[in-house]
Amino acid sequence: MIAFFIRRIGQAMIVMFVISLIAFSIQDNLGDPLRELVGQSVSEAERQVLRDEMGLNDPFLVQYWRFLKRAVKGDLGNSYFFKRPALEVILEKLPATVELVMGATLIILLFSIPIGVYCAINPRSWLTKLMMGTSIIGISIPVFLTAILLIYLFSIELGWFPSFGRGETTVLFGGWHTGLLTRDGLMHLILPSIALSSIMLPLFIRLIRSEMMEVLEQEYIRFAWAKGLTRKRIWFLHALKNTLLPVITVGGVQIGTMIAYTILTETVFQWPGMGFLFLEAVNRVDTPLIIAYLIVVGLIFVITNTLVDLIYGLVNPTVKLTGGAA
Amino acid sequence: MPILEIKNLEVRFPMRGGELIAIRDISFSIDRGERLGIVGESGAGKSVAAFAILRLIGRPGYISGGQILFEGNDLARLSPEQLRQFRGNQITMIFQDPMMTLNPVLTIGTQMIECLQTHRGMGRKQARKVAVEKLRRVAIPSPEARIDQYPHELSGGMRQRVVIAIALLTDPAIIIADEPTTALDVTIQAEIMELLLALCETHQVALILITHDLGVVSEITQRAIVMYAGRIVEEGPTRDIIERARHPYTHGLIDALPERTHPGQRLNQIPGSMPSLVDIPPGCAFHPRCEHVTDLCQTRVPGYTLLDHARVACHWVAAQEQS
Ligand SMILES: Nc1ncnc2c1ncn2[C@@H]1O[C@H](COP(=O)(O)OP(=O)(O)OP(=O)(O)O)[C@@H](O)[C@H]1O
Ligand SMILES: [Mg+2]
Repeated sequence: MIAFFIRRIGQAMIVMFVISLIAFSIQDNLGDPLRELVGQSVSEAERQVLRDEMGLNDPFLVQYWRFLKRAVKGDLGNSYFFKRPALEVILEKLPATVELVMGATLIILLFSIPIGVYCAINPRSWLTKLMMGTSIIGISIPVFLTAILLIYLFSIELGWFPSFGRGETTVLFGGWHTGLLTRDGLMHLILPSIALSSIMLPLFIRLIRSEMMEVLEQEYIRFAWAKGLTRKRIWFLHALKNTLLPVITVGGVQIGTMIAYTILTETVFQWPGMGFLFLEAVNRVDTPLIIAYLIVVGLIFVITNTLVDLIYGLVNPTVKLTGGAA
Repeated sequence: MPILEIKNLEVRFPMRGGELIAIRDISFSIDRGERLGIVGESGAGKSVAAFAILRLIGRPGYISGGQILFEGNDLARLSPEQLRQFRGNQITMIFQDPMMTLNPVLTIGTQMIECLQTHRGMGRKQARKVAVEKLRRVAIPSPEARIDQYPHELSGGMRQRVVIAIALLTDPAIIIADEPTTALDVTIQAEIMELLLALCETHQVALILITHDLGVVSEITQRAIVMYAGRIVEEGPTRDIIERARHPYTHGLIDALPERTHPGQRLNQIPGSMPSLVDIPPGCAFHPRCEHVTDLCQTRVPGYTLLDHARVACHWVAAQEQS
């Protein structure tokens, strides 16, 4: 167990190192920070002095080292636009994004398993064919288009759900603004969550279906039938447990990927989360904010992957958390 | 009165170019506590016949005719739910490869206890006790500890012992074993076979043993069936089959045994090979390889010639018997 964590932390550090390197190179290449700080009236000579003072003329490695030292302490610089620490600005928006991803994940979990299993058990039924057809469509429509369609249908035409924002939020301990505790907040969450899950859900349905169909062909399933077990037990214990193992691994990575899709979803729904903020930051060339975003997202990625590994190790008896697969 | 009686069983596989008949006109019966061997070359239809008894043929195969009478119930016509009550209860199975037979993500205990819960309505505690007891019967050391392990923690031989223990859990009337030792290390094959024999004898369980090893058949079984290209070509007491085979194909099988070959001599293989099911020759399916072939053999499928306690599907044998 301890070895597992050491290994995982080692991996996490490598990932974070790479991200920091990328983030830092962006800082170096994205526009001129001075232009954002000082006006047009400052002369070129004065600018050079300022550059020297800020260390912008130092060699790359020196600058990177300085950046790293501060980053470790949580200091990623001030946002040019908000004039506040970039990390603080990002973290304020974290709850909105996390709750959106949670909503989408919940939808995926709730629907992909029953639908995937149904399609695997009844490969010839018309409902399966319908599901498979629909899932292809779901995968191929871009998220922003799905989002716009959802808004058009359910907000504008039917008026069931609000079309933008988070609605009413309440503050939990630790300053976490949550929309999960009010009816208004939940109503606001529904459409963005559906939009965000619109690619992953069909993907998961297809993944679970194909995994399960493969499992159902295995000899141990035939043996389970030979033992006279009930269909329920064979499908939902013997087969499903084997099906979900690979799905957990793939799924964990996909949920990380979903964070990338939040940028589109949040933008269309004006969802005040990190993705929305990130797009604004890119427009304003607010480099510290961009970097802070990349690093926070990288961290989330590393954490979800570790959690997924942990769960996988707990469910799969052939994997010992101390080492690799047995 | 036989405990299991198979009558004219036929299994087909719908294929792109039409239906493939994997086994046809399979009839045999087995008495309580009797041990019956089914032998034949690879592809003869032994496994299909064995799995058909519990209606476990792989898709798209289906039983296209015949009866499977177990204590008066025709298993071929029961509803799935009725059939389930027989599977793993009065009739159990042992599969070929113990590395694939057990579910990798469930403990040995779970996979045993569920049988007793399903068929005997036992509680967990009691079922566990019975399971440990059966593991002890199949000579698994420290069964109380082993029962909580997962299959990958056991060797192949141990796993097959577990499978045998599962087959014994519900005190079945019949065990169907499809090549239970072929996937195992040569050194433990005999061990497992002896164990199976001993258990069947002490518990008075009938055994249908599928194998292509005539040596095993002669050691374990009292009666044997020889299959060729989806049909039974000969049936009789095992000793007679081994010592006085009547069908030319059975002759060939026995002559091909290594111990029938003198040192330095080549193995007496039957010339040619068994036809695939898509192009079974007309008449007797064995005729292209047979040294006694006549015109009749090429046109008419031989019926069974009944002898004392035995039957043979061969025109040549029939002619001999008549004269
Ligand atoms: N799932 C299937 N689909 C199509 N044909 C099949 C299937 N299973 C069996 N068959 C056909 O049935 C024939 C008999 O197969 P079977 O497995 O019973 O042979 P066997 O006598 O058990 O051989 P072996 O000694 O190799 O186990 C095969 O040659 C094959 O043509
Ligand atoms: Mg076979």
